[in-house]
Amino acid sequence: MSAQPQAQEMMAGGRRIGEVVLSVEEVSLSFGGVNALTDVSFDVREHEIRAIIGPNGAGKSSLLNVINGVYHPQKGTIRFLGEPRHDVDTHEAAAQGIARTFQNLALFKGMNVLDNIMTGRNLRMKAGLLAQAFRFGPAEREELEHRAVVERIIDFLEIQAYRKTPVGRLPYGLQKRVDLGRALAMEPRLLLLDEPMAGMNVEEKQDMCRFILDVNQQFGTTIVLIEHDMGVVMDLSDRVLVLDYGKKIGDGTPDEVRRTQAVIDAYLGVGH
Amino acid sequence: MGESLSGLDTFPKLLLHHAKVRGERPAIREKYLGIWQTWTWAQFAEEVRMLACGLAEQGLKRGDHMALVGDNRPRIYAAMCAAQCLGAVPVPLYQDAVAAEMAFPIQNADIAHALAEDQEQVDKLLEILPQCPTLRHIYYDDPRGMRHYVQPQLASYEQLREIGAAAYRRDPAFLEREITKGAGDDPAAMFFTSGTTATPKGVVLTHHALIDRAKAAAEMEGLSDRDVVLAYLPPAWIGQNIFSYAQPFVTGYCICCPESAETVMTDMREIGPSYYFAPPRVLEALLTQVSIRMEDAGSLKRAMYRGFMNVARRVGGTILDGKKVGPGDRVLYALGDMLVYGPLRNVLGMSRVRVAYTAGEAIGPDLFRFYRSIGINLKQLYGSTETSVFVCVQPNGQVKADTVGPAVRGVELKFTPQRELLIRSPGLFKEYYKNPQATAEAKDNDGWFHTGDAGYFDPDGHLKIIDRVKDVGRLTDGTLFAPKYLENKLKFFPYIKEAVAFGDGRDRVCAFINFDMDAVGNWAEKRNMPYAGYVDLVSRDEVYDLIAECVEKVNADLAQDPELAGSQIHRFLILHKELDADDGELTRTRKVRRGYIAERYAPLVAALYGGDTSVHVEAQIKYEDGRTGSISADLKIRDARTFAPAAAKRAA
Repeated sequence: MSAQPQAQEMMAGGRRIGEVVLSVEEVSLSFGGVNALTDVSFDVREHEIRAIIGPNGAGKSSLLNVINGVYHPQKGTIRFLGEPRHDVDTHEAAAQGIARTFQNLALFKGMNVLDNIMTGRNLRMKAGLLAQAFRFGPAEREELEHRAVVERIIDFLEIQAYRKTPVGRLPYGLQKRVDLGRALAMEPRLLLLDEPMAGMNVEEKQDMCRFILDVNQQFGTTIVLIEHDMGVVMDLSDRVLVLDYGKKIGDGTPDEVRRTQAVIDAYLGVGH
Repeated sequence: MGESLSGLDTFPKLLLHHAKVRGERPAIREKYLGIWQTWTWAQFAEEVRMLACGLAEQGLKRGDHMALVGDNRPRIYAAMCAAQCLGAVPVPLYQDAVAAEMAFPIQNADIAHALAEDQEQVDKLLEILPQCPTLRHIYYDDPRGMRHYVQPQLASYEQLREIGAAAYRRDPAFLEREITKGAGDDPAAMFFTSGTTATPKGVVLTHHALIDRAKAAAEMEGLSDRDVVLAYLPPAWIGQNIFSYAQPFVTGYCICCPESAETVMTDMREIGPSYYFAPPRVLEALLTQVSIRMEDAGSLKRAMYRGFMNVARRVGGTILDGKKVGPGDRVLYALGDMLVYGPLRNVLGMSRVRVAYTAGEAIGPDLFRFYRSIGINLKQLYGSTETSVFVCVQPNGQVKADTVGPAVRGVELKFTPQRELLIRSPGLFKEYYKNPQATAEAKDNDGWFHTGDAGYFDPDGHLKIIDRVKDVGRLTDGTLFAPKYLENKLKFFPYIKEAVAFGDGRDRVCAFINFDMDAVGNWAEKRNMPYAGYVDLVSRDEVYDLIAECVEKVNADLAQDPELAGSQIHRFLILHKELDADDGELTRTRKVRRGYIAERYAPLVAALYGGDTSVHVEAQIKYEDGRTGSISADLKIRDARTFAPAAAKRAA
């Protein structure tokens, strides 16, 4: 990162929280008679870490799926970078710079770490299939450039030792890291993390927290994350959105949220 | 080494020499973003020049000390030489030491300048800043995570280099003047001993001592600038420093820094070093890995491995020594070389190794022979920080498993009546820093260094070390008790990682055991035995049976030796946690601190000798992140079968 002039509005960790990049307005989503989301509105500002919390079935993953185009809401508008979106599918969302990781990992288990992260570069590859297969013309140079980006990510995530290891043979915590690496390879504007720390031990969680903070600080990536570990959420995020039964019941800084009675009742209070 | 190095009595002078005569040859490589990057000797010299000017500008003066905290990185070595250019003394510190352990050296040497590898090391230095008021400048190599640090002491390596570049433009001749002022008798570096017994001592070594020893060994082995070394052990350890700093500066060979600690195996295969150094523990870990992988291989491969390893065991070492073997064995060995030993050397990254050394601890004879039998010229050497390493080295063709070879050129050896080894050599240290009393105790008026090691010469004049003089004890019936000898015998088994033997002043020998998690874990999986982790395995009778078998084999072996038959191991227990340097149970070079362990686990020792069959234990442990926790467990105690001493007396 270049040395930027010291920002006036220094916020958490010295990052500059910028304009709203994503705004979700009055979104409702239902499957048949089940209302997954009801009139949910919130926004995400540039460079911030935005957490979404809520009990099981509160609609957190549905909300992420709405943002990156897996589901299309029946009602409401989503604006990304100021542009309203209608029926954007996952491809288009990715092309716009929205990357995500998955709760249950979606990696190619038989492929090695390097190749898995390389798939994240796919959208940015310009050479045609034939050119890539035979490595003629600009294809080779292009591949070298992409490889350099991938290597920087490998270095960043400290997984140099596993470059050539098939992902299926790695422990779970490392697989999660590769999943993050693949999302980072897209050089996303907005990174959606679906329970990045689920199933991890304390040490792995600490590592992951550090990587999320580093991504946010070094690359300035805006992050939306779903997480169950309240300690993690309160430590990491700038603002927290709380959902319950598909409705927004709280929104604000971790401290504000912690004090909201509805949140305490619905979530924090029920002995988690 | 066809070239004359006369008059080049300091490391900076040697650097300028290499930059001139082999400027385009590689000096140091590092893998960065998956690609090996090279500094030639000319580039290395340039880097050192800029750094040295920068450090001078920042106030580093002749006689000052500078701390270097980090893993093997080209920039750490550049800074080491830069400090020496100015007549300052680099003090490398162990990068895995906790913050508190770093405070003493920094206070002791009034250190004002430190180079830290990354954020982790910077954090440690900042933590001890209140206790170390002299520390004014902390430079960091890797800027990752450092963006929001505002401490006035901090500056990046790049900033330091820029300061240096500006100073260099103002006065280009400054550095040459400083380098000329240096002399061979100046201190070149200070190494803190790991402190097995008391507070660490700063061992001051001169340019002359290090260069003389590096040269003596390089001449003996015929090292040249075509050799390649992988620098993978802590730079704060004299061994690594000799191989990755002193010797390359003498011969002009290239050192390679691995990408990270986890990638050493891969990096080693990529680099193919020709000159290799490994403490026994590393060699043991490698062999354990090989054995485990062989057990997982198909039956044909397993049979081939077993068959050809038998051939290697019989004749491999003899062939390597250049002695005669029968034509049948020769053909068999050649076939084995093609099918097993060659590929195995390749997997280990040792295909090109011409000379390999092991030292630091006694090596199990079978382990030692294993490497020699597959054609790797592994040899033992003897030395310490105080002697600039090289005291004894086994010459090619005269390699034995239980000695460390005859004295290297220039070294005189003799023994006290208590069998303590004394050394006089050009490589001896100058003094313990600010500790004249310790210096006087270690080095007498005639210049003999008292090693504290007990040993004797074998009939060929090779030195044989048995243990530390102070550790060699007696059982109550007068039987000789050499704890390390027993522990090493136990540790030779792949299932046993650490052992601690007790017996001095007692009626019999008992031991603590740490099993090797990899090997025993694999063994358990093979038997479809589910387990939750180390502590779970400790409680299993099957594991105790496995370890008891090892202990009994050692006993059977000891029974053959009339001197040591009395020190067979009668009882043992498996410790509930792995011994760890962070808990003070091992030194940073991973030697067991027997006295400390006996004290810390006094109830366990009492139970061993008390005849109980189990003992409850509750212990504080320190996690790697600095937090503490406690574990409690019931430990079983087992009796091991002992054997009657062999009737036939063998000459020792």
